[in-house]
Amino acid sequence: MKKIEAIIKPFKLDEVKNALTKIGVQGMTVTEVKGFGRQKGHTEVYRGAEYKIDFLPKVKIELITSEEMVTQVIDTIERAAKTGKIGDGKIFISPVEEVIRIRTGERGRDAI
Amino acid sequence: MAGGALAEATAPSKVDSGDTSWILISSALVMLMTPGLALFYGGMVRSKNVLGTIMQSFIALGVITLQWVLYGYSLAFGPDIGHVIGSLDWIGLSGVGLEPFPGYSATVPHQAFMIFQMMFAVITPALITGAFAERFKFKTYLVFLVLWATFVYDPLAHWVWGVGGWIRNLGALDFAGGLVVHISSGIAALVATLVVGKRKGYGDEPMPPHNLTMTLLGAALLWFGWFGFNGGSAVASGSLATNAFVVTHISTAAAALSWMVAEWAYRGNPTVLGAASGAVAGLVAITPASGFVGPMSALLIGLVGGVLCYYAIHLKSKLGYDDSLDVVGVHGVGGTWGALATGLFACKAINSAGDDGLFFGNFSLIGIQALSVFSAWIYSFVVTLIILKILDWTMGLRVPEEHEVNGLDLSQHGEAGYSF
Repeated sequence: MKKIEAIIKPFKLDEVKNALTKIGVQGMTVTEVKGFGRQKGHTEVYRGAEYKIDFLPKVKIELITSEEMVTQVIDTIERAAKTGKIGDGKIFISPVEEVIRIRTGERGRDAI
Repeated sequence: MAGGALAEATAPSKVDSGDTSWILISSALVMLMTPGLALFYGGMVRSKNVLGTIMQSFIALGVITLQWVLYGYSLAFGPDIGHVIGSLDWIGLSGVGLEPFPGYSATVPHQAFMIFQMMFAVITPALITGAFAERFKFKTYLVFLVLWATFVYDPLAHWVWGVGGWIRNLGALDFAGGLVVHISSGIAALVATLVVGKRKGYGDEPMPPHNLTMTLLGAALLWFGWFGFNGGSAVASGSLATNAFVVTHISTAAAALSWMVAEWAYRGNPTVLGAASGAVAGLVAITPASGFVGPMSALLIGLVGGVLCYYAIHLKSKLGYDDSLDVVGVHGVGGTWGALATGLFACKAINSAGDDGLFFGNFSLIGIQALSVFSAWIYSFVVTLIILKILDWTMGLRVPEEHEVNGLDLSQHGEAGYSF
């Protein structure tokens, strides 16, 4: 099993979610985050004071998937989240030791 | 009071219902300006300080009301002593009844005049709080309110508006508080920023306004209430009140536009905060002039006031002081401009009890205005400095660093402004 973390532009969330559910993904967790990579921030001015805003709002999607589904999930996210402009985001894949469904106690693949 | 009732039964009352209703409405309008100020300031600070900031304005309604009725009104407007202060004859509003008082309110019950003036006394010290936002100890602030009202506001009000007051006797014109409210608080704010010092992290950490929608609501309430602030200062309902109402509105509109345009040209963006700040600058500038100048003069006063105050707020970064909410730039500079502009644009045709200004052929008024401005600067500066120094030595002015970092809401009030 693998954990897939994707940082994407906030307005792309619905598109990504719909694309993932279409290929059979049954759940995910979403957090509002701030971050920056190569995309520059912007400057806001309040009365005389200038504020450089480096951190940009992003959305982080986390989901757990079986080994076989990984490639399909990544491709789907990439396609749905891409705009071609700087700041589209990144996807991280990490191994997952165990998954447990709280309601039933199921473990492993059955819990995904 | 029984004797008073008998006297009323025999002598005809000179109370005019139109005048009285306008003064009472104006008193309510000015009262609304204090919570309006609370929101104006509140939106400009960081969210962890929103309640602390609002509270500093709001609580003035409590503290100054009591101070005023117990002895403040007497000091400010009571029987004159040496042209510098009123006596304590009216302590506890003794003798301040429901009959008109010809010295101040010929057609309006004395208590109506008293409560109208009270609302000015309430909001003036609250204005100062913008200068030391996000770092002042609440306990000390409560004491500051009482001391500043007693030793700065009340004497200054007496000098400018009290019967026998020396600035009034000089012939200086201050219709609704350019000297008494704006210059006094603007200069006090300057002193406060110097004594209290900068916010922790000022210049390094970002401290943008947390809720400009709140600020704009506050600015709108201030604009609305100011119709009472200036209009009510006619102490009558009729043509003078109308003049004050109309010129107030024109100056505000002009200043909102001129600040916005100045900022657009200088920084590249027309901002909401700029439009709101410009409006307030226009309100401040027209305050002393509102009963003495006409609509086109008000237009100019507003246009100049907006631009002048916009440039004034950049002084603080040049001179290195943290006047957090620009009290000096808006009230100090705006009030000074307004008082001097009164010396230029005043016209006896508008108000025969006033005077003519420089542009109407009289060269002496501008000098008198300048003298009154200078006196207000010096007096407010020195006495505020003394008050703050004493409070600093005895009670401490600033919250400890940890409390400043956690925010005033939690540290001073044990509350959170928002829970999402």
